[in-house]
Amino acid sequence: MRFIVQKILYLVPTLIGITLVAFAFIHAIPGDPVLIMAGERGISPARHAELMAQLGLDKPLWQQYISYIWQILHGDFGISYVSKEPVLSEFMQLFPATLELACCAIVLAVFIGVPAGMLAAVKRGSIFDQSAMGLSLLGYSMPIFWWGMLLVMLFSGYLGWTPVSGRIDLSYYFEPVTGFMLIDSLLSGEEGAFSSVARHLILPSIVLATIPLAVIARQTRSAMLEVLGEDYMRTARAKGLSSFRIYAVHAARNAMIPVITTIGLQVSALIAGAILTETIFSWPGIGKWLVEAIFKRDYMTVQGGILIIAILVMAVNLLVDILYGIINPRISKA
Amino acid sequence: MSACLNSVYIAAAKFCRQRVFMVCGAVFAMSGAALPPAPALAKTLIYCAEASPGGFDPGLYTDGATYAASSQTVYSRLVEFAHGSSAIVPALAESWDISPDGKIYIFHLRRGVKFHRTPYFKPQRDFNADDVVFSFDRQVNKANPWHNYLEGQSYQYYESMDMPNIIKSVEKLDDYTVRFELNQAEAPFLADMAMDFASIVSKEYADRLAAAGKMREFNSKPVGTGPFILVAYQKDAVVRFRANPEFWRSRQALDKLIFAITTDNAVRAQKMRAGECQLMAYPAPTDIPMLEADKNITLMRGVDMNVSYLAYNTQLPPFDKVEVRRALNMAVNKKALVDIVFGGFGTVAVNPMPPSLWGYNKAIAPDIYDPAKARQMLAQAGVKNLRLQLWALPVSRPYLPNGRRAAELIQSDWKAVGVETDIVTMEWGEYLKSATDKSRNSVVMMGWIGDNGDPDNFLATLNSCAAIGTANYAMWCNKAYDALIDQAKRITDQHERARLYEQAQVIFKEQAPWLTLAYGTALMPVAKRVKNFHVDIHAIRFDDVDID
Repeated sequence: MRFIVQKILYLVPTLIGITLVAFAFIHAIPGDPVLIMAGERGISPARHAELMAQLGLDKPLWQQYISYIWQILHGDFGISYVSKEPVLSEFMQLFPATLELACCAIVLAVFIGVPAGMLAAVKRGSIFDQSAMGLSLLGYSMPIFWWGMLLVMLFSGYLGWTPVSGRIDLSYYFEPVTGFMLIDSLLSGEEGAFSSVARHLILPSIVLATIPLAVIARQTRSAMLEVLGEDYMRTARAKGLSSFRIYAVHAARNAMIPVITTIGLQVSALIAGAILTETIFSWPGIGKWLVEAIFKRDYMTVQGGILIIAILVMAVNLLVDILYGIINPRISKA
Repeated sequence: MSACLNSVYIAAAKFCRQRVFMVCGAVFAMSGAALPPAPALAKTLIYCAEASPGGFDPGLYTDGATYAASSQTVYSRLVEFAHGSSAIVPALAESWDISPDGKIYIFHLRRGVKFHRTPYFKPQRDFNADDVVFSFDRQVNKANPWHNYLEGQSYQYYESMDMPNIIKSVEKLDDYTVRFELNQAEAPFLADMAMDFASIVSKEYADRLAAAGKMREFNSKPVGTGPFILVAYQKDAVVRFRANPEFWRSRQALDKLIFAITTDNAVRAQKMRAGECQLMAYPAPTDIPMLEADKNITLMRGVDMNVSYLAYNTQLPPFDKVEVRRALNMAVNKKALVDIVFGGFGTVAVNPMPPSLWGYNKAIAPDIYDPAKARQMLAQAGVKNLRLQLWALPVSRPYLPNGRRAAELIQSDWKAVGVETDIVTMEWGEYLKSATDKSRNSVVMMGWIGDNGDPDNFLATLNSCAAIGTANYAMWCNKAYDALIDQAKRITDQHERARLYEQAQVIFKEQAPWLTLAYGTALMPVAKRVKNFHVDIHAIRFDDVDID
């Protein structure tokens, strides 16, 4: 219990730090929402000042920050300057789309990356190993935007196998229940809706999975190679165990510890990758939402969005820490 | 074979719904080519929009994406622009009278116009004068609770068109007659009434929301008298409309209208080619040849209603000398620039307003491209070793799709006459802020898209003395020019107004506060099965559109 309380207390300064960084970041960008809204039309200094005051942006930055924190403490993440809607409700509307895409991408990355890395290690130096590692390097270094457009042009434009963008064919319409289209399409009972959603997920998932897949494959290979060189592996072979048992049970289980850590770390990479992927595929998620908010100097959306994401990530980390503590009591006592 | 695949697919789909749907979904997804097409759509038009609407109250926004989804679909105005032109035609007002001094406008309203019947609002009465008075009063009257019903809101378009100073009062004479009194004669007033901010909203709906404490919904659940009714909006994804069965003109041919929000223009082009949408906004010049080559797509051209330009700061040396400005204009090969930057879909700009507008002075000759003479004129003006800053437009606009490329071409032309140019790019917000700085000693690339089809909207908005500090980026103030455009605003005879504007353009050309660059051609890729679509000048409109 003391361990959990301690962990929660550690989160407080982290959260304050995040609010400060998000606040400083968006205010450091030149321009302001009033100017952006006025565009080429321009705005007189007097009217500009009036509108800035209306948004509370005329006060010194420290005062703005304090009132923002006060708002947060009351559970209010602010109102978007652009849509005039509460930031939290916009986030809740868009987050399932990002989560659904990220889940599909991580599943793809793990289910291809881990076996590929293991096989490459087992067949070290083979053509498969060299091809797999070459491809993973290519995947890791590829500009996501270019890669996404290439896939769209090939599979959607030229071959016509997949839809270009969006989450579902627009001829289907049903009220979102969970916000997760795979689930909502099933709940709707509309013939063909689920497969339409699945088809729309193919290219975005591949694009978003590309970098994590490359990282996971490489990490799995190196972890496996390390394990394969251990004494207990030689013992296993000497005992006359089958190759499958040696690799799948003795090697893979031990190699998975650093791989699981790597998979965990890829979650933040997925969020970063989602920004580009969502733009290419017109995916209505939080990545695209935040980028547009930055362009429009929608301070409340940027600050609130970053903070909510941070809270979610920290909550997950806290949960993992607590689970570690339960699984291995030595950690919680450390 | 295909029928067989479809029946297998349907049987498998049923199985999936009952059993292990997640796994099946992935398998299905991977066999995309064998899937049957989505259900056939009866009279549904899908439009690939460039952005999400900011909201659905057109008074609060100034961007085209919001207007396409609100004022042009959900709402109507007293008057409107005829399709494809700036001519004013009756809409919610059947007719109007203008007093001889041009200060009083009396609008006679159409009877029997219904507001949208939606799941969230059932109107109890028809449209009447109360709605008109309310629609304008809320934008100017600070005591009206609807003047500030959302945090940080403003009626920016209404204000920027100077309406609070133009309109003295709006008064209901009877249920179907409204009287507008202006502070002084304002010739573009009727055109202003066709603009998006002048959309008529329902007072009955507003009163009901206020009573229920749900004022915020006015911006998310709109009720208008326009051709389409909002069905659903998913942010950054889709906006769905259905035809308004009681539309005052006639029920639309389309049953459904869907906006597929697709921010990247290359992706929009791919969706067009794949048939995922039948209309798209703002194609990139690089995608035009591909779209033109597609046998299922027609590339429709509209009337140019924009201009791009370089604004000198005419108040600071060396740009305070007209000879320097004219020499710099003469040094630029505009034809080559327009061909390269617009890919053939633009024309060289001569005047500060496009030729599609009445009052355009056709007698004015384009700037001559003569580098030798330009060099000589600079020498005569005593300008040696000139080094200047040229700001490249950091955003892509219909009036100039690639500011950086245009800047590079100008830089090269100016170098040929001995002028060194440093190209400066900055973030759009900073660009806008710094461009109005009177101490700015640089040349700014800028442009304008007309609001209402009136020459005043270009000549006064961008070049009047009063616009210094806002949209007059050249900081140019010429009393003779100002007197002409002011006089033109106060009279209603269009011929006389045109004559005055033509004179003003002569002064402008002589004084050369700008280097006029180009008029961008409005392009709209449209699927061939779409009928009756017009590339409208002032907005993207879907009324009267049909589809096979």
